[in-house]
Amino acid sequence: MWSFIHKLGSPPWFFRFGGSLVRWLLPLTLILLLVGAFWGLLVAPPDFRQGNSYRIIYIHVPAAVVALAGYYVMALAGAISLIWRIKMADIAMKAAAPVGAVLTGIALVTGAIWGKPTWGTWWVWDARITSMLILFFLYLGVVALFEAYENKAAAAKACAVLSLVGTVNIPIIYKSVDWWYSLHQPASIKFTGESAIDASMLYPLLLMIVAFYGLFAVTVVMNMRAELIWHHRQSAWVRQWAGLD
Amino acid sequence: MSASDQPSLSLGASFFRQFLRHGKALAASPADLLNPLLFFFMVVTLFPLGLGPDPERLSQMAPGILWVVALLASLMVSGKLFASDFEDGSLEQLCLAQHPLAILALAEVLAHWLGTGFLLALVSPVFALMVGLPIQALPVLVISLLLGSLCLTLIGAVGSALTVSIRRGGLLLSLIIIPLHVPVLIFGSTAVVEATRDGNAVSWLALLAALVLASLALAPLAIGAALRISLDNG
Repeated sequence: MWSFIHKLGSPPWFFRFGGSLVRWLLPLTLILLLVGAFWGLLVAPPDFRQGNSYRIIYIHVPAAVVALAGYYVMALAGAISLIWRIKMADIAMKAAAPVGAVLTGIALVTGAIWGKPTWGTWWVWDARITSMLILFFLYLGVVALFEAYENKAAAAKACAVLSLVGTVNIPIIYKSVDWWYSLHQPASIKFTGESAIDASMLYPLLLMIVAFYGLFAVTVVMNMRAELIWHHRQSAWVRQWAGLD
Repeated sequence: MSASDQPSLSLGASFFRQFLRHGKALAASPADLLNPLLFFFMVVTLFPLGLGPDPERLSQMAPGILWVVALLASLMVSGKLFASDFEDGSLEQLCLAQHPLAILALAEVLAHWLGTGFLLALVSPVFALMVGLPIQALPVLVISLLLGSLCLTLIGAVGSALTVSIRRGGLLLSLIIIPLHVPVLIFGSTAVVEATRDGNAVSWLALLAALVLASLALAPLAIGAALRISLDNG
Protein backbone atom coordinates (compact mmCIF):
# COMPACT_ATOMS: atom_id res chain seq x y z
CA MET A 1 0.00 0.00 0.00
CA TRP A 2 2.62 2.55 1.09
CA SER A 3 5.02 1.57 -1.64
CA PHE A 4 2.23 2.12 -4.15
CA ILE A 5 1.67 5.64 -2.82
CA HIS A 6 5.40 6.35 -2.91
CA LYS A 7 5.58 5.11 -6.48
CA LEU A 8 2.77 7.52 -7.44
CA GLY A 9 5.18 10.35 -6.70
CA SER A 10 7.74 9.14 -9.22
CA PRO A 11 7.25 10.75 -12.65
CA PRO A 12 8.42 7.82 -14.85
CA TRP A 13 6.45 5.32 -12.80
CA PHE A 14 3.30 7.45 -12.86
CA PHE A 15 3.70 8.04 -16.57
CA ARG A 16 3.69 4.29 -17.23
CA PHE A 17 0.97 3.59 -14.64
CA GLY A 18 -1.20 6.39 -16.09
CA GLY A 19 -0.65 4.99 -19.56
CA SER A 20 -1.97 1.56 -18.62
CA LEU A 21 -4.81 3.17 -16.64
CA VAL A 22 -5.91 5.16 -19.68
CA ARG A 23 -5.62 2.08 -21.87
CA TRP A 24 -8.47 0.28 -20.09
CA LEU A 25 -10.36 3.22 -18.56
CA LEU A 26 -10.77 5.11 -21.84
CA PRO A 27 -12.58 2.31 -23.75
CA LEU A 28 -14.67 1.52 -20.67
CA THR A 29 -15.69 5.18 -20.34
CA LEU A 30 -16.56 5.43 -24.02
CA ILE A 31 -18.70 2.29 -23.81
CA LEU A 32 -20.49 3.62 -20.71
CA LEU A 33 -21.04 6.97 -22.42
CA LEU A 34 -22.48 5.33 -25.55
CA VAL A 35 -24.72 2.94 -23.61
CA GLY A 36 -25.88 5.71 -21.26
CA ALA A 37 -26.55 8.13 -24.11
CA PHE A 38 -28.43 5.50 -26.11
CA TRP A 39 -30.45 4.44 -23.06
CA GLY A 40 -31.18 7.99 -21.92
CA LEU A 41 -31.79 9.63 -25.27
CA LEU A 42 -33.70 6.86 -27.04
CA VAL A 43 -34.92 4.14 -24.68
CA ALA A 44 -36.04 6.04 -21.57
CA PRO A 45 -39.68 7.19 -21.72
CA PRO A 46 -40.49 10.86 -22.48
CA ASP A 47 -41.42 13.07 -19.55
CA PHE A 48 -45.11 13.59 -18.77
CA ARG A 49 -44.82 17.39 -18.78
CA GLN A 50 -41.63 18.23 -20.65
CA GLY A 51 -41.82 15.64 -23.40
CA ASN A 52 -38.45 14.91 -24.95
CA SER A 53 -36.76 18.15 -23.94
CA TYR A 54 -35.99 16.77 -20.49
CA ARG A 55 -33.48 14.37 -22.06
CA ILE A 56 -30.78 17.00 -21.84
CA ILE A 57 -30.70 15.99 -18.16
CA TYR A 58 -28.45 13.10 -19.24
CA ILE A 59 -25.72 15.60 -20.11
CA HIS A 60 -26.62 18.43 -17.76
CA VAL A 61 -26.77 16.62 -14.41
CA PRO A 62 -23.67 14.42 -14.85
CA ALA A 63 -21.62 17.45 -15.95
CA ALA A 64 -22.82 19.46 -12.95
CA VAL A 65 -22.20 16.63 -10.47
CA VAL A 66 -18.69 15.91 -11.71
CA ALA A 67 -17.86 19.64 -11.99
CA LEU A 68 -18.54 20.09 -8.28
CA ALA A 69 -16.68 16.89 -7.35
CA GLY A 70 -13.82 18.03 -9.57
CA TYR A 71 -13.33 21.13 -7.47
CA TYR A 72 -12.88 18.97 -4.39
CA VAL A 73 -10.46 16.69 -6.24
CA MET A 74 -8.48 19.79 -7.25
CA ALA A 75 -8.49 21.18 -3.71
CA LEU A 76 -7.51 17.79 -2.26
CA ALA A 77 -4.57 17.59 -4.68
CA GLY A 78 -3.67 21.13 -3.64
CA ALA A 79 -3.75 20.19 0.05
CA ILE A 80 -1.55 17.14 -0.60
CA SER A 81 0.93 19.31 -2.49
CA LEU A 82 1.04 21.91 0.29
CA ILE A 83 1.35 19.43 3.16
CA TRP A 84 3.61 16.72 1.73
CA ARG A 85 5.16 18.75 -1.08
CA ILE A 86 4.56 16.05 -3.67
CA LYS A 87 5.14 17.41 -7.17
CA MET A 88 2.68 14.95 -8.68
CA ALA A 89 -0.14 16.55 -6.69
CA ASP A 90 0.73 19.92 -8.24
CA ILE A 91 0.45 18.38 -11.66
CA ALA A 92 -2.86 16.70 -10.80
CA MET A 93 -4.26 20.00 -9.57
CA LYS A 94 -3.14 21.86 -12.66
CA ALA A 95 -4.60 19.11 -14.85
CA ALA A 96 -7.97 19.06 -13.06
CA ALA A 97 -8.69 22.81 -13.15
CA PRO A 98 -9.42 23.30 -16.88
CA VAL A 99 -11.37 20.02 -17.07
CA GLY A 100 -13.57 21.12 -14.18
CA ALA A 101 -14.04 24.54 -15.74
CA VAL A 102 -15.16 22.99 -19.03
CA LEU A 103 -17.59 20.65 -17.25
CA THR A 104 -19.06 23.62 -15.36
CA GLY A 105 -19.38 25.46 -18.66
CA ILE A 106 -21.17 22.46 -20.18
CA ALA A 107 -23.56 22.33 -17.22
CA LEU A 108 -24.33 26.06 -17.60
CA VAL A 109 -24.86 25.94 -21.36
CA THR A 110 -27.02 22.80 -21.26
CA GLY A 111 -28.96 24.37 -18.37
CA ALA A 112 -29.65 27.44 -20.50
CA ILE A 113 -30.71 25.30 -23.46
CA TRP A 114 -32.96 23.27 -21.16
CA GLY A 115 -34.40 26.47 -19.68
CA LYS A 116 -35.63 27.80 -23.01
CA PRO A 117 -38.37 25.17 -23.63
CA THR A 118 -39.08 24.60 -19.93
CA TRP A 119 -39.25 28.11 -18.51
CA GLY A 120 -39.38 30.13 -21.72
CA THR A 121 -36.10 31.99 -21.09
CA TRP A 122 -32.46 31.18 -21.63
CA TRP A 123 -31.42 32.34 -18.21
CA VAL A 124 -33.09 32.61 -14.84
CA TRP A 125 -31.39 33.56 -11.61
CA ASP A 126 -32.28 30.30 -9.98
CA ALA A 127 -30.33 29.18 -6.90
CA ARG A 128 -28.70 26.19 -8.53
CA ILE A 129 -27.80 27.99 -11.76
CA THR A 130 -26.34 30.90 -9.82
CA SER A 131 -24.27 28.57 -7.63
CA MET A 132 -23.00 26.82 -10.74
CA LEU A 133 -22.04 30.16 -12.27
CA ILE A 134 -20.07 31.06 -9.15
CA LEU A 135 -18.35 27.67 -9.26
CA PHE A 136 -17.42 28.49 -12.86
CA PHE A 137 -15.86 31.77 -11.67
CA LEU A 138 -13.95 29.92 -8.94
CA TYR A 139 -12.47 27.55 -11.52
CA LEU A 140 -11.57 30.40 -13.87
CA GLY A 141 -9.88 32.21 -10.99
CA VAL A 142 -7.63 29.21 -10.32
CA VAL A 143 -6.76 28.87 -14.02
CA ALA A 144 -6.09 32.63 -14.36
CA LEU A 145 -3.92 32.68 -11.24
CA PHE A 146 -1.85 29.76 -12.50
CA GLU A 147 -1.27 31.44 -15.84
CA ALA A 148 -0.24 34.74 -14.20
CA TYR A 149 2.66 33.30 -12.17
CA GLU A 150 5.98 33.07 -13.91
CA ASN A 151 7.47 30.59 -11.47
CA LYS A 152 5.32 27.51 -12.03
CA ALA A 153 6.23 25.83 -8.73
CA ALA A 154 5.02 28.92 -6.88
CA ALA A 155 1.97 29.05 -9.18
CA ALA A 156 0.92 25.56 -8.14
CA LYS A 157 1.23 26.43 -4.46
CA ALA A 158 -0.70 29.68 -4.91
CA CYS A 159 -3.47 27.79 -6.72
CA ALA A 160 -3.49 25.20 -3.93
CA VAL A 161 -4.08 27.95 -1.35
CA LEU A 162 -6.78 29.54 -3.51
CA SER A 163 -8.59 26.26 -4.11
CA LEU A 164 -8.50 25.45 -0.38
CA VAL A 165 -9.97 28.86 0.42
CA GLY A 166 -12.60 28.16 -2.24
CA THR A 167 -13.38 24.77 -0.68
CA VAL A 168 -14.08 26.35 2.68
CA ASN A 169 -16.29 28.89 0.92
CA ILE A 170 -18.28 26.60 -1.38
CA PRO A 171 -20.75 25.36 1.27
CA ILE A 172 -21.22 28.95 2.51
CA ILE A 173 -21.75 30.21 -1.05
CA TYR A 174 -24.27 27.45 -1.80
CA LYS A 175 -26.20 28.05 1.39
CA SER A 176 -26.23 31.83 0.97
CA VAL A 177 -27.37 31.62 -2.65
CA ASP A 178 -30.07 29.18 -1.54
CA TRP A 179 -31.38 31.62 1.08
CA TRP A 180 -31.05 34.52 -1.34
CA TYR A 181 -33.18 32.64 -3.87
CA SER A 182 -35.85 31.51 -1.43
CA LEU A 183 -36.26 35.14 -0.33
CA HIS A 184 -36.63 36.53 -3.82
CA GLN A 185 -38.31 33.54 -5.42
CA PRO A 186 -40.51 34.73 -8.29
CA ALA A 187 -43.88 32.99 -8.33
CA SER A 188 -43.94 32.29 -12.07
CA ILE A 189 -40.99 29.90 -12.11
CA LYS A 190 -41.18 26.60 -10.33
CA PHE A 191 -39.19 23.44 -10.48
CA THR A 192 -41.22 20.36 -11.21
CA GLY A 193 -40.48 17.72 -8.57
CA GLU A 194 -37.21 16.27 -9.70
CA SER A 195 -36.75 14.13 -6.63
CA ALA A 196 -39.59 11.88 -7.77
CA ILE A 197 -37.75 10.68 -10.86
CA ASP A 198 -38.87 7.30 -12.15
CA ALA A 199 -36.48 4.35 -12.17
CA SER A 200 -36.70 4.05 -15.96
CA MET A 201 -35.25 7.56 -16.19
CA LEU A 202 -33.00 7.31 -13.14
CA TYR A 203 -30.86 4.29 -14.14
CA PRO A 204 -29.53 5.79 -17.39
CA LEU A 205 -28.86 9.00 -15.46
CA LEU A 206 -26.79 7.14 -12.86
CA LEU A 207 -24.94 5.34 -15.66
CA MET A 208 -24.15 8.69 -17.29
CA ILE A 209 -22.89 10.09 -14.00
CA VAL A 210 -20.50 7.13 -13.65
CA ALA A 211 -19.43 7.63 -17.27
CA PHE A 212 -18.72 11.32 -16.66
CA TYR A 213 -16.62 10.46 -13.61
CA GLY A 214 -14.68 8.10 -15.85
CA LEU A 215 -14.33 10.82 -18.47
CA PHE A 216 -13.04 13.24 -15.84
CA ALA A 217 -10.48 10.71 -14.56
CA VAL A 218 -9.28 9.79 -18.05
CA THR A 219 -8.94 13.42 -19.15
CA VAL A 220 -7.08 14.41 -15.99
CA VAL A 221 -4.66 11.47 -16.24
CA MET A 222 -4.04 12.18 -19.94
CA ASN A 223 -3.48 15.85 -19.11
CA MET A 224 -1.05 14.84 -16.37
CA ARG A 225 0.91 12.56 -18.71
CA ALA A 226 1.21 15.33 -21.27
CA GLU A 227 2.40 17.71 -18.58
CA LEU A 228 4.90 15.11 -17.31
CA ILE A 229 6.64 14.49 -20.62
CA TRP A 230 6.79 18.24 -21.26
CA HIS A 231 8.19 18.91 -17.80
CA HIS A 232 10.78 16.10 -18.07
CA ARG A 233 11.45 16.47 -21.79
CA GLN A 234 15.21 16.64 -21.15
CA SER A 235 15.44 13.57 -18.92
CA ALA A 236 16.59 10.16 -20.03
CA TRP A 237 13.34 8.26 -19.46
CA VAL A 238 11.32 10.57 -21.71
CA ARG A 239 13.92 10.51 -24.48
CA GLN A 240 13.98 6.72 -24.19
CA TRP A 241 10.20 6.56 -24.36
CA ALA A 242 10.13 8.81 -27.42
CA GLY A 243 12.82 6.70 -29.07
CA LEU A 244 15.31 9.57 -29.21
CA ASP A 245 18.12 7.74 -27.40
CA MET B 1 17.15 27.93 26.22
CA SER B 2 19.67 30.73 25.81
CA ALA B 3 18.71 34.36 25.90
CA SER B 4 19.24 34.81 22.19
CA ASP B 5 16.43 32.33 21.47
CA GLN B 6 13.96 34.56 23.25
CA PRO B 7 12.00 36.82 20.95
CA SER B 8 13.04 40.40 21.60
CA LEU B 9 9.40 41.50 21.49
CA SER B 10 6.39 39.63 22.74
CA LEU B 11 3.78 38.54 20.21
CA GLY B 12 1.34 41.20 21.40
CA ALA B 13 3.93 43.96 21.17
CA SER B 14 4.98 42.93 17.66
CA PHE B 15 1.34 42.76 16.63
CA PHE B 16 0.70 46.25 17.99
CA ARG B 17 3.84 47.64 16.38
CA GLN B 18 2.92 46.19 13.01
CA PHE B 19 -0.58 47.61 13.38
CA LEU B 20 0.78 51.08 14.18
CA ARG B 21 3.32 50.96 11.38
CA HIS B 22 0.69 50.26 8.75
CA GLY B 23 -1.77 52.67 10.33
CA LYS B 24 0.78 55.49 10.35
CA ALA B 25 1.64 54.83 6.72
CA LEU B 26 -2.06 55.14 5.86
CA ALA B 27 -2.51 58.26 7.95
CA ALA B 28 0.53 59.86 6.32
CA SER B 29 -1.13 59.79 2.91
CA PRO B 30 -4.62 61.29 3.17
CA ALA B 31 -5.22 60.44 -0.47
CA ASP B 32 -5.20 56.74 0.40
CA LEU B 33 -7.89 57.38 2.99
CA LEU B 34 -10.01 59.68 0.84
CA ASN B 35 -9.81 57.98 -2.54
CA PRO B 36 -11.97 54.96 -1.63
CA LEU B 37 -14.62 57.31 -0.22
CA LEU B 38 -14.47 59.42 -3.36
CA PHE B 39 -14.76 56.29 -5.46
CA PHE B 40 -17.80 55.22 -3.42
CA PHE B 41 -19.33 58.69 -3.87
CA MET B 42 -18.78 58.75 -7.63
CA VAL B 43 -20.02 55.24 -8.37
CA VAL B 44 -23.15 55.83 -6.30
CA THR B 45 -23.73 58.89 -8.51
CA LEU B 46 -23.54 56.69 -11.60
CA PHE B 47 -26.58 54.66 -10.60
CA PRO B 48 -29.22 57.44 -10.77
CA LEU B 49 -27.62 58.52 -14.05
CA GLY B 50 -27.91 55.01 -15.43
CA LEU B 51 -31.24 54.00 -13.93
CA GLY B 52 -33.09 57.33 -14.07
CA PRO B 53 -33.88 59.68 -11.19
CA ASP B 54 -37.18 58.06 -10.13
CA PRO B 55 -36.87 58.24 -6.30
CA GLU B 56 -39.13 55.27 -5.65
CA ARG B 57 -37.18 52.89 -7.86
CA LEU B 58 -33.87 54.17 -6.52
CA SER B 59 -34.89 53.66 -2.93
CA GLN B 60 -35.99 50.13 -3.78
CA MET B 61 -32.59 49.40 -5.27
CA ALA B 62 -30.63 51.36 -2.68
CA PRO B 63 -29.52 48.41 -0.48
CA GLY B 64 -28.14 46.54 -3.46
CA ILE B 65 -26.50 49.62 -4.97
CA LEU B 66 -24.79 50.61 -1.73
CA TRP B 67 -23.55 47.11 -1.03
CA VAL B 68 -22.25 46.46 -4.54
CA VAL B 69 -20.42 49.78 -4.55
CA ALA B 70 -18.94 49.09 -1.11
CA LEU B 71 -17.74 45.70 -2.40
CA LEU B 72 -16.13 47.34 -5.45
CA ALA B 73 -14.47 49.97 -3.27
CA SER B 74 -13.05 47.22 -1.07
CA LEU B 75 -11.75 45.37 -4.15
CA MET B 76 -10.10 48.56 -5.42
CA VAL B 77 -8.09 49.09 -2.26
CA SER B 78 -7.23 45.53 -1.27
CA GLY B 79 -4.75 45.25 -4.15
CA LYS B 80 -2.53 47.76 -2.42
CA LEU B 81 -2.57 46.04 0.96
CA PHE B 82 0.80 44.28 0.78
CA ALA B 83 2.22 46.04 -2.28
CA SER B 84 4.54 48.50 -0.54
CA ASP B 85 5.71 45.88 1.96
CA PHE B 86 6.54 43.58 -0.93
CA GLU B 87 8.41 46.24 -2.87
CA ASP B 88 10.54 47.65 -0.06
CA GLY B 89 11.47 44.24 1.32
CA SER B 90 9.77 44.56 4.69
CA LEU B 91 7.70 41.51 3.85
CA GLU B 92 10.87 39.43 3.85
CA GLN B 93 11.72 40.82 7.27
CA LEU B 94 8.25 39.86 8.49
CA CYS B 95 8.80 36.32 7.25
CA LEU B 96 12.03 36.11 9.24
CA ALA B 97 10.42 37.41 12.42
CA GLN B 98 10.14 35.03 15.33
CA HIS B 99 6.38 35.37 15.40
CA PRO B 100 3.92 33.70 13.04
CA LEU B 101 3.57 35.61 9.78
CA ALA B 102 -0.20 35.03 9.90
CA ILE B 103 -0.58 37.07 13.10
CA LEU B 104 1.66 39.92 11.94
CA ALA B 105 -0.17 40.06 8.61
CA LEU B 106 -3.47 40.18 10.48
CA ALA B 107 -2.27 43.33 12.24
CA GLU B 108 -1.70 44.99 8.87
CA VAL B 109 -5.08 43.85 7.58
CA LEU B 110 -6.85 45.29 10.61
CA ALA B 111 -5.04 48.62 10.27
CA HIS B 112 -5.91 48.66 6.58
CA TRP B 113 -9.56 47.98 7.39
CA LEU B 114 -9.69 50.84 9.91
CA GLY B 115 -8.44 53.19 7.22
CA THR B 116 -10.78 51.99 4.48
CA GLY B 117 -13.83 49.83 5.24
CA PHE B 118 -14.41 51.25 8.69
CA LEU B 119 -14.39 54.86 7.40
CA LEU B 120 -16.58 53.89 4.47
CA ALA B 121 -19.17 52.33 6.77
CA LEU B 122 -19.23 55.45 8.94
CA VAL B 123 -19.86 57.84 6.04
CA SER B 124 -22.22 55.49 4.17
CA PRO B 125 -25.44 57.09 5.58
CA VAL B 126 -24.70 60.26 3.58
CA PHE B 127 -24.61 58.31 0.33
CA ALA B 128 -27.55 56.18 1.44
CA LEU B 129 -29.72 59.29 1.73
CA MET B 130 -28.69 60.31 -1.79
CA VAL B 131 -30.19 57.15 -3.24
CA GLY B 132 -33.22 57.35 -0.97
CA LEU B 133 -32.64 54.52 1.49
CA PRO B 134 -35.36 54.78 4.16
CA ILE B 135 -34.02 56.41 7.35
CA GLN B 136 -35.00 53.49 9.57
CA ALA B 137 -32.58 51.27 7.64
CA LEU B 138 -29.54 53.48 8.25
CA PRO B 139 -28.33 51.83 11.50
CA VAL B 140 -28.53 48.39 9.92
CA LEU B 141 -26.68 49.67 6.86
CA VAL B 142 -23.83 50.99 8.99
CA ILE B 143 -23.59 47.83 11.10
CA SER B 144 -23.79 45.57 8.06
CA LEU B 145 -21.05 47.56 6.33
CA LEU B 146 -18.87 47.57 9.45
CA LEU B 147 -19.07 43.77 9.73
CA GLY B 148 -19.14 43.13 6.01
CA SER B 149 -16.22 45.34 5.10
CA LEU B 150 -14.04 43.60 7.68
CA CYS B 151 -14.96 40.31 6.07
CA LEU B 152 -14.36 41.68 2.56
CA THR B 153 -10.99 43.07 3.66
CA LEU B 154 -9.90 39.74 5.17
CA ILE B 155 -10.88 37.78 2.06
CA GLY B 156 -9.43 40.50 -0.15
CA ALA B 157 -6.17 40.25 1.79
CA VAL B 158 -5.89 36.57 0.80
CA GLY B 159 -6.24 37.61 -2.83
CA SER B 160 -3.83 40.48 -2.35
CA ALA B 161 -1.25 38.16 -0.79
CA LEU B 162 -1.64 35.71 -3.67
CA THR B 163 -1.26 38.33 -6.40
CA VAL B 164 1.24 40.76 -4.84
CA SER B 165 4.19 39.33 -6.77
CA ILE B 166 2.40 39.53 -10.13
CA ARG B 167 2.80 42.63 -12.25
CA ARG B 168 -0.59 44.02 -13.23
CA GLY B 169 -2.25 41.80 -10.66
CA GLY B 170 -5.14 44.20 -10.04
CA LEU B 171 -7.69 42.69 -12.40
CA LEU B 172 -6.60 39.18 -11.50
CA LEU B 173 -7.24 39.98 -7.85
CA SER B 174 -10.84 40.87 -8.71
CA LEU B 175 -11.26 37.66 -10.71
CA ILE B 176 -10.16 35.38 -7.91
CA ILE B 177 -11.85 37.29 -5.09
CA ILE B 178 -15.30 38.24 -6.43
CA PRO B 179 -16.74 34.70 -6.20
CA LEU B 180 -15.60 34.49 -2.57
CA HIS B 181 -17.35 37.79 -1.79
CA VAL B 182 -20.78 36.45 -2.78
CA PRO B 183 -22.00 35.32 0.66
CA VAL B 184 -20.94 38.62 2.25
CA LEU B 185 -22.87 40.57 -0.38
CA ILE B 186 -25.96 38.41 0.05
CA PHE B 187 -26.02 38.57 3.85
CA GLY B 188 -25.23 42.28 3.95
CA SER B 189 -27.65 43.51 1.33
CA THR B 190 -30.43 41.23 2.59
CA ALA B 191 -30.00 42.62 6.10
CA VAL B 192 -30.51 46.14 4.73
CA VAL B 193 -33.48 45.07 2.60
CA GLU B 194 -35.07 43.49 5.66
CA ALA B 195 -34.48 46.68 7.63
CA THR B 196 -36.29 48.76 4.99
CA ARG B 197 -39.30 46.45 5.37
CA ASP B 198 -39.03 46.36 9.19
CA GLY B 199 -38.27 42.67 8.81
CA ASN B 200 -35.80 40.52 10.65
CA ALA B 201 -32.47 42.17 9.93
CA VAL B 202 -30.78 40.88 13.08
CA SER B 203 -30.49 37.29 11.92
CA TRP B 204 -28.72 38.42 8.73
CA LEU B 205 -26.39 40.60 10.76
CA ALA B 206 -25.69 37.59 12.96
CA LEU B 207 -24.79 35.56 9.87
CA LEU B 208 -22.45 38.36 8.79
CA ALA B 209 -20.87 38.37 12.24
CA ALA B 210 -20.39 34.61 11.98
CA LEU B 211 -18.64 35.10 8.64
CA VAL B 212 -16.41 37.75 10.22
CA LEU B 213 -15.40 35.40 13.03
CA ALA B 214 -14.75 32.50 10.66
CA SER B 215 -12.63 34.64 8.36
CA LEU B 216 -10.78 36.19 11.31
CA ALA B 217 -9.82 32.68 12.35
CA LEU B 218 -9.02 31.20 8.94
CA ALA B 219 -8.01 34.01 6.58
CA PRO B 220 -4.73 34.85 8.39
CA LEU B 221 -3.50 31.28 7.83
CA ALA B 222 -4.16 31.56 4.10
CA ILE B 223 -2.65 35.06 4.02
CA GLY B 224 0.54 33.86 5.71
CA ALA B 225 0.92 30.89 3.36
CA ALA B 226 0.17 33.07 0.33
CA LEU B 227 2.70 35.72 1.31
CA ARG B 228 5.47 33.12 1.57
CA ILE B 229 4.54 31.76 -1.86
CA SER B 230 4.60 35.27 -3.32
CA LEU B 231 8.08 35.84 -1.93
CA ASP B 232 9.22 32.61 -3.64
CA ASN B 233 7.86 33.89 -6.92
CA GLY B 234 9.17 37.43 -6.68
